[in-house]
Amino acid sequence: MSNEATLHSQQEVMHGAHDHHDHEHHHEDNFISKYVFSLDHKMIAKQFLITGIVWAIIGAFFSVVFRLQLGFPDATFPWLESILGHWAKGGRITPEAYYALVTMHGTILVFFVLTAGLSGTFSNLLIPLQVGARDMASPFMNCLSYWFFFLASLVMMASLFVQTGPASGGWTMYPPLSALGDASIGSKIGVDLWLISMALFVVSQLLGGLNYISTLLNMRTKGMSMTKMPLTIWSFFFTAVLGVLSFPVLLSGFILLLFDRHAGTSFYLSDIFIAGKALANEGGSAILYQHLFWFLGHPEVYIIILPAMGMVSEVLAVSSRKPIFGYLAMIGSLFAICILAFLVWAHHMFVTGLNPFLGAFFVLLTLLIAVPSAIKVFNWLTTIWKGNIRFTPASLFSIGFVSTFISGGLTGIWLGNSSIDIHLHDTYFVIAHFHIVMGVSAFFGMFAGIYHWFPKMYGRFMNNTIGYIHFWVTLIGAYLIFWPMHYEGMAGMPRRYFDYSSWTSFNQFGGLNQFISIVVILVFATQLLFVFNFFYSIFKGRKLTETNPWKATTLEWTTPINPGHGNWPGEIPEVHRWAYDYSKDGRDFIPQTEPIGPNESAH
Amino acid sequence: MHTMSIQRKKIHPHKYSLWIAMGSITMMFIGFTSAYVVKRSQANWLAFELPHIFWLSTALILLSSLTIHLALKQFKERNMQRYKQLITLTAVLGVAFAVCQWIGFSQMRNSGLALNGPVSASFIYVIVGVHMLHVLGGVVALLIMFGRAYRTRVRTYSAVPIEVAATYWHFVDVLWIYLLIFLSIAR
Repeated sequence: MSNEATLHSQQEVMHGAHDHHDHEHHHEDNFISKYVFSLDHKMIAKQFLITGIVWAIIGAFFSVVFRLQLGFPDATFPWLESILGHWAKGGRITPEAYYALVTMHGTILVFFVLTAGLSGTFSNLLIPLQVGARDMASPFMNCLSYWFFFLASLVMMASLFVQTGPASGGWTMYPPLSALGDASIGSKIGVDLWLISMALFVVSQLLGGLNYISTLLNMRTKGMSMTKMPLTIWSFFFTAVLGVLSFPVLLSGFILLLFDRHAGTSFYLSDIFIAGKALANEGGSAILYQHLFWFLGHPEVYIIILPAMGMVSEVLAVSSRKPIFGYLAMIGSLFAICILAFLVWAHHMFVTGLNPFLGAFFVLLTLLIAVPSAIKVFNWLTTIWKGNIRFTPASLFSIGFVSTFISGGLTGIWLGNSSIDIHLHDTYFVIAHFHIVMGVSAFFGMFAGIYHWFPKMYGRFMNNTIGYIHFWVTLIGAYLIFWPMHYEGMAGMPRRYFDYSSWTSFNQFGGLNQFISIVVILVFATQLLFVFNFFYSIFKGRKLTETNPWKATTLEWTTPINPGHGNWPGEIPEVHRWAYDYSKDGRDFIPQTEPIGPNESAH
Repeated sequence: MHTMSIQRKKIHPHKYSLWIAMGSITMMFIGFTSAYVVKRSQANWLAFELPHIFWLSTALILLSSLTIHLALKQFKERNMQRYKQLITLTAVLGVAFAVCQWIGFSQMRNSGLALNGPVSASFIYVIVGVHMLHVLGGVVALLIMFGRAYRTRVRTYSAVPIEVAATYWHFVDVLWIYLLIFLSIAR
């Protein structure tokens, strides 16, 4: 495995002709070292993906349960009592259970699915394969990264089963509700477990991020200059940079919170009365936590969306058989988003009593993000413009991503204005905005990635028909769920309430809420169909017969159908051109490994 | 697994990872110190002097930076006996540093500045305590080096692990100097 880039010069690396190198140097693997404590980046990617899928089912199921409450506040569902016990006495969830479900839905989806499940899966899978490396810079640290994530998952899972329930103060875990065990039933041990789990999660993300960065900066194959890298790799790079710089700040916020909970310090607490009794804490500031939290929290949304953007760029170019439009502009806009991500956190805090003068700067910087975002959108549209599009499930999900990113991004311009935000803050408008632009879009990017790289992961295809059903129901369903929420939000309907039925102003939305809840159930069922497709195809899917099923230019398709640990059986191929030579000089595609011809100019 | 390419003289991936990790740790302390700055500008901030023993611990950690630097030099010259002595000395100085910090904590407690007292004191406990944990992490790394140096079956000639440890050690040293200056000025 140590024969490294020595003499590449004359090496003809399989392009066009797909020779099968069957079994490559496999050192003896037993079950434990192959499937459990694997050091192979491809196996670790699958571990992240499958753990993420399990979490996604749980997190989405929670949303179904609380949507039942919101859509049918007077109905009872006896089956709920049989799974939730006293949290759903008589078949109707209690307010405490409602808050716990909402909090866990947010935590699970934002961190465990769309951070670990998304960038954990695809950074691990694609970075070594697409830059031409045998494995990560430190395979051991990579393995550790997954197992820290697994531990974090176990702790979070355990918190669902403690007597007082999981943390329920919202996924942002704002003090004082989260800092005082007596504040609510969901502020007791559930919050401690939440904080421990998140600390383990941060460690996992840092170990992973370090590896991604040093692998893609140091271990690229010969000829793979930074500007020859596919955009996937660029997006994983910026994602990792954001994570490495912002997660530690979140950790410091959590450490201070833990001290407030257990050591009697007053970092976030001041002048608090519980049940008429004054607490001794003095001199703290709850806003301080919000600053520390959102300094991570805002980059976090880009940690979620950037990998999806990268994969969508790649899939759109492959499926429309055209070079990506504005490659350098794509990198530049990723970079701009990465910088701005650190300068806009206070737009989450416009109504906390923030100095309006300061708010003006945050409005300006927030609206500036529209510029790189628009550049990306135009580049995606011009990439598919007049392309010879192959409507695979992956390409449909990529186009769906562009759609939801536009419609969710536009409402961001509303919310980014501090004066409009005073009205819209904490209403369903905000829910609609971030679910479309970050939740649905990121999921679409993830689905595009799964459908596109599934053949690389398992050597089989997923079922296309189920894929098409999955796409259309999810796209239409997502809009039917979140579009009406904009209207509810504009009418002032606040989020986080358990029951609106006694609130006359919002009675007009009773039918709408029912409608949303019904669509939620349909969309959830369709996601289960996807999960079935995924697991069924691992074992029974149509087998790959060629190494490069999508006729793509990038390096991962030069590996054997089922690559062993080390990826390439022979030497690592050398790279001669960028990743987007599609429909060039009368050829459908030219792999990155093919030298620049005499009558050809490099991109 | 040998992972370096010959074509370009590139920095070793482990060293690279370390540099990124140091950036990450720096961000964590930036988080703490900026929280400190924000709190300090608000009402009810109690200013006090840092325990004097922190100056002794500063001297110790500076000295340990020197010893680990010499240890690296001895390793490269394959003076393994001197190397082992020097990393042992470094680890001892690291532990002594942590003990001094701990004594500093009890001095603060005795003068009425408990952990759950004024928030300015709480910050000192948390910031200095988290830094101390990072130093102790370095001590653990040195113990592993020490174990490796005594292995007879496998001999290591690569200076990368000790270079990584030394860089990290200098980093926590510099971090402490920064924190000391910061906490002394922004009181």
